Amino acid sequence: MLEITGLDVHYGQAHVLQGVSLSLGAEPVAVIGRNGMGKTTLCQAVMGMLPASGGSVRLGGEEMLGRPANRVARAGIALVPQGRRVFPSLTVDEHLRLVSRGRGARWTIERVYETFPRLAERRRNGGTQLSGGEQQMLAIGRALLTNPRLVIMDEPSEGLAPVIVDHLVEVLRALPGEGIGLLLVEQNLGVATDVCGTVAVMVNGRIAATMPSRALLADEAAQRRFLGVSTGAQH
Amino acid sequence: MTPGTARWALPASLALLAVLALLPLAIPAFWTANILGRAIVYGIVAMSLTFLATYGGFVSLAQMMIAGTAGYAVAILVPGAVPSILGGVPYALAIPTGLLAATAMGLLVGLISVRTQGIYLLMITLSLGVGVHLFVQANIAWFNGYEGIRNVVGPEILGLPFRDTFVFYYTALATAALLYALVLYLVRTPFGLALQALRDNPRRVSALGYDAPLHRIAAFGVAGFIAGAGGILVTFYNIGISPGTIGLGATVNILVMSVIGGLGHPVGAFIGAVIFTLFDTFAADLYDRDRFNTLVGVVFLAIVLASPDGVLGMARRLRDALAPRPQGRADGIATSRAASAGPPASGNGA
Repeated sequence: MLEITGLDVHYGQAHVLQGVSLSLGAEPVAVIGRNGMGKTTLCQAVMGMLPASGGSVRLGGEEMLGRPANRVARAGIALVPQGRRVFPSLTVDEHLRLVSRGRGARWTIERVYETFPRLAERRRNGGTQLSGGEQQMLAIGRALLTNPRLVIMDEPSEGLAPVIVDHLVEVLRALPGEGIGLLLVEQNLGVATDVCGTVAVMVNGRIAATMPSRALLADEAAQRRFLGVSTGAQH
Repeated sequence: MTPGTARWALPASLALLAVLALLPLAIPAFWTANILGRAIVYGIVAMSLTFLATYGGFVSLAQMMIAGTAGYAVAILVPGAVPSILGGVPYALAIPTGLLAATAMGLLVGLISVRTQGIYLLMITLSLGVGVHLFVQANIAWFNGYEGIRNVVGPEILGLPFRDTFVFYYTALATAALLYALVLYLVRTPFGLALQALRDNPRRVSALGYDAPLHRIAAFGVAGFIAGAGGILVTFYNIGISPGTIGLGATVNILVMSVIGGLGHPVGAFIGAVIFTLFDTFAADLYDRDRFNTLVGVVFLAIVLASPDGVLGMARRLRDALAPRPQGRADGIATSRAASAGPPASGNGA
């Protein structure tokens, strides 16, 4: 579905992404790594929000690099950004109406409210009056309403209470059944391995290793090396 | 809006409209035409600025120039204008042409300024406004230079001349009411929602599949149409148009109306226009004839100092003080709308 090959991104002189290659089919893939390793840059470069200096990003064989973000979104990629980034000016309902593609689409406003009943209760509340978990639900609902082929999530579990994270994991696990691809960027190893069978480890702007989740969970030395944590027990 | 505010918004608007419709029966014709009527036609132009500033966060100083584009287009086309530039085109055709010209000018201003924010947007729209002002002042063939075009009397409506106080007033009121409803409708559509989201975070709007620059240009087009309607009525009110109508002074007047009324809701433009018109008309009687502008300036300064978000902000604070209630959605949103109506916080991240 998504084929990233040799992706290079520079911030001025800094070579932030160095030939990143990653391939994603129907099964979700997680990208893990410590802070500052280039995970968010990867998300934004794929989305067309940052210019890449080389490489290729193909969605279903179609080249995405060089397109502005709005055309990448129209092609079927949705990004749930780090920190949620809901609009302070809009209510929950207005957020959803902004991106709704109408009644015929697979994801409708009603379906988002069914998936996240909490949002239905808060439909008239402004974006900044929501809790972190509610903002995350809104950001996910907003992304799904564009009826994407692929969702990229940048640290969705960051700063959320454990019980909310459980609900989140449940929602993410249901996506492949819908035929929606998922690229999950996480620091929380528990969430990443719960949702995805494959993890790619990012170190200093490169994919250092790609392995089955189970292999990483069993290998404490690798966890220490790649993530600087002793176990995946954060979750 | 909190449910409470939303429930009262429509009845309150209709009640205000009814009062404005009945008022001319009770007040002298001078008040109907030269205070209320004048406030309404300039209020329409101010509302085009309020629309852009409140919902998109774009403060455009070109709105009076865009209004003048429509006024000049009509003046150039219609019969009876002095001097007659093209002439002979009936009002029924000239007015839509004027609206089209203003919309096109709005789109052009939006296109030219599409990459600018804050102070740079102010500067570029101001220079476009002043540039067109200087151009029409210097061009004799099309705009009759400094003199402008006189005797643009307006169409006959139901056999009555437009100069008739009531014909002018009710046409202006109906136009204002329609455009006001248009703005309130638009901001609830995905187009208007995207405009408000654009003010918060343009990159995020793009990532949701909206062409942010195109959207912004379209908003300037809508504002151009609104300003154009105001500009045509201003031209009929003044029975003509001259470069002074779109000069720096007129541009600043529109900004003053929007700001003292309060950015945050389109009704603010009309409140500001009424206050402005009252002071502009009567300050000379109240204070030394040569220095009445000092009084005007001091009053406006006082309003803005007491309430940076204008009369609307005062009303909101008064209501909150009288009926304290848990911070509802409307308050949070309305305040944030008003607060960020100026140059929006730029670069608010990914």
